Amino acid sequence: MNIRLLVRIAFSLLLARWKQSLVAAIGVTFSITMFIALLAFMTGLNDLLDGLILNRTPHIRLFNEIKPNNLQPINHDSLFSKKYNFIRSVKAGNSRQEIYNSQIIIKTLWQDKRIQGVAPKITAQVFFNEGKVNITGIINGIDVEAESRLFSFTDYVVEGNAIDLKNVNNSIILGKGLAEKLLANIGDVVQVTTANQQQFSLKVIGYFQSGLVDIDKVQSFASLSTTQKIVGKPSHYITDIQVRLHDLNAAPSLAKEYAQLFETDAEDIQTANAQFETGSFVRSLISYAVGITLLIVAGFGIYNILNMMIYEKMDSIAILKATGFSGRDVNRIFMVIAVSIGLFGGVIGLGFGFLFSVLIDQIPFNTASLPTITTYPVNYSITFYLIGAVFSIVTTWLAGWAPAQKASKVDPVVIIRGK
Amino acid sequence: MTNSETILRAVHINKSFSDPVHVQVLQDINMSVSRGEFVSITGKSGCGKSTLLYILSTLDTDFTGDLFIDCQPMRGLSEKQLAKVRNEKIGFVFQFHYLLNEFSVLENVMLPALKLNLHTEEEIREHALRKLEILGIKSLADKKANKISGGEKQRVAIARALINNPSIIMCDEPTGNLDKTNSLLVFELFKEITENEGLTLMVVTHDQEFANRTHRIIEMEDGKIL
Repeated sequence: MNIRLLVRIAFSLLLARWKQSLVAAIGVTFSITMFIALLAFMTGLNDLLDGLILNRTPHIRLFNEIKPNNLQPINHDSLFSKKYNFIRSVKAGNSRQEIYNSQIIIKTLWQDKRIQGVAPKITAQVFFNEGKVNITGIINGIDVEAESRLFSFTDYVVEGNAIDLKNVNNSIILGKGLAEKLLANIGDVVQVTTANQQQFSLKVIGYFQSGLVDIDKVQSFASLSTTQKIVGKPSHYITDIQVRLHDLNAAPSLAKEYAQLFETDAEDIQTANAQFETGSFVRSLISYAVGITLLIVAGFGIYNILNMMIYEKMDSIAILKATGFSGRDVNRIFMVIAVSIGLFGGVIGLGFGFLFSVLIDQIPFNTASLPTITTYPVNYSITFYLIGAVFSIVTTWLAGWAPAQKASKVDPVVIIRGK
Repeated sequence: MTNSETILRAVHINKSFSDPVHVQVLQDINMSVSRGEFVSITGKSGCGKSTLLYILSTLDTDFTGDLFIDCQPMRGLSEKQLAKVRNEKIGFVFQFHYLLNEFSVLENVMLPALKLNLHTEEEIREHALRKLEILGIKSLADKKANKISGGEKQRVAIARALINNPSIIMCDEPTGNLDKTNSLLVFELFKEITENEGLTLMVVTHDQEFANRTHRIIEMEDGKIL
């Protein structure tokens, strides 16, 4: 088949009505542009909001929950093993928050190929003393380097240098809200009282701002050794092991595996933050729905213009059919017209969509709660462009289908005799 | 009659409409056309002469009876196969020129040959220019089809009908839209083509004067050949 001839005829028809064709193409361009811009912006925002929590949350957290032992002494007695035992007012015994054999667990975890990194952590409840007032707070003892690498800790240290935590003895980074309550400037010394009534002086070396005000009002960070000193524990004392995986989705199954292997509690990120996925999903869904609606509207534009073109070109269709072009050839001519409009409009739309995304990316966006963000977040994923390209072709193909079918069914006798 | 020189043969062709009332448009048409003949079909308006032409040219397939073009039966051929037959073997000239305005005169003439795809585009261009030369309009080759006069357009349409060296050229009132001078010119062209190029022509016309000067007149009345 000489497709080239059909394409040539299609382009002549297209160019003869170039203004209408252009309007149709602009419809596609507009919708693809909006589709790309909308998705890029929405997804950027999604990533940002998810990142707010997900980047800082370990994929799996190993810890010991303080809770009553499941195996009470009576269960060990063979005399009662076949009986149903009721025990009231069970208390948590001498269970410790500490993870046993933490050094070995960390070593084992480092050898696991599925794991990106491990960061140990200690949480300690303290009171910050501000004159007569005691403010409750939490000191997180962290390994600054691991924490920065795995959970972008440095991104959220808005003032001061995070690594000083390791280099300066008895130093602390306060949450921004907490620092404001304590009226503590960098370089100042704050007093803390531990749960065991021990007093400590810590030097403020920086502020931390997470974006979640409630967290910033209670959280502070110190190095592992400082925190161990505060709580009066030896250097292997660790309450949490935070694990970051290569594949986020493997977290639930791995959490179970580790819980069994290390005999600790293990919480995966999906259980801890289930609501975020739902939010992202709904936002993406809305963007896709709007984008596709725009494309469908553009499709109707193409449909209209092709229909008009067919009425105008009835004579041409009739003579083409009389001189040896089959219905299928005529069909192809009009499909080529439709898809060319889609292709042309689509490619330009992808370009404009990119430009639009870049433009959005330049708009300043400063908010107190998001210290690392200065402009609107935009995601430049190639996926949107591929989806946009495919959709522009598919919609125009569908829009062209009915008119092309109609054109192929034109009976030349009716047209020629009607003259 | 049924020798190899027969280009077109119609056997017992009937056509009727039944909507809204039953009308017999064509009744038992039997005819044949030999190579090199210049035949005219005449008759009053509504006698079925145009209907017959469209059936004989394979454009209208809604009839009973048999049709042979170059001894090849047309019954049962698909739409695509019929399109190929028209492309190869039949040239059309209608009352209206039906040129594609988006194309130049030369391209309009070349189009059926490009579709047939037997020769290279260069060869087809040569052929088309030669046809235009025969018809005396070579100078118009590069003009847009809608930028030339009515008489010229009809001659371009004739050139287009000739481009694939068809077995038969079918014309429906080819001079209907033309003035006296142009009508004469077209007739002379037809005569020349049949005599010099050995082509076969079948013309539907109600112009008695035109018909009288053809080789054979088929006269029709009420769907029958007289």
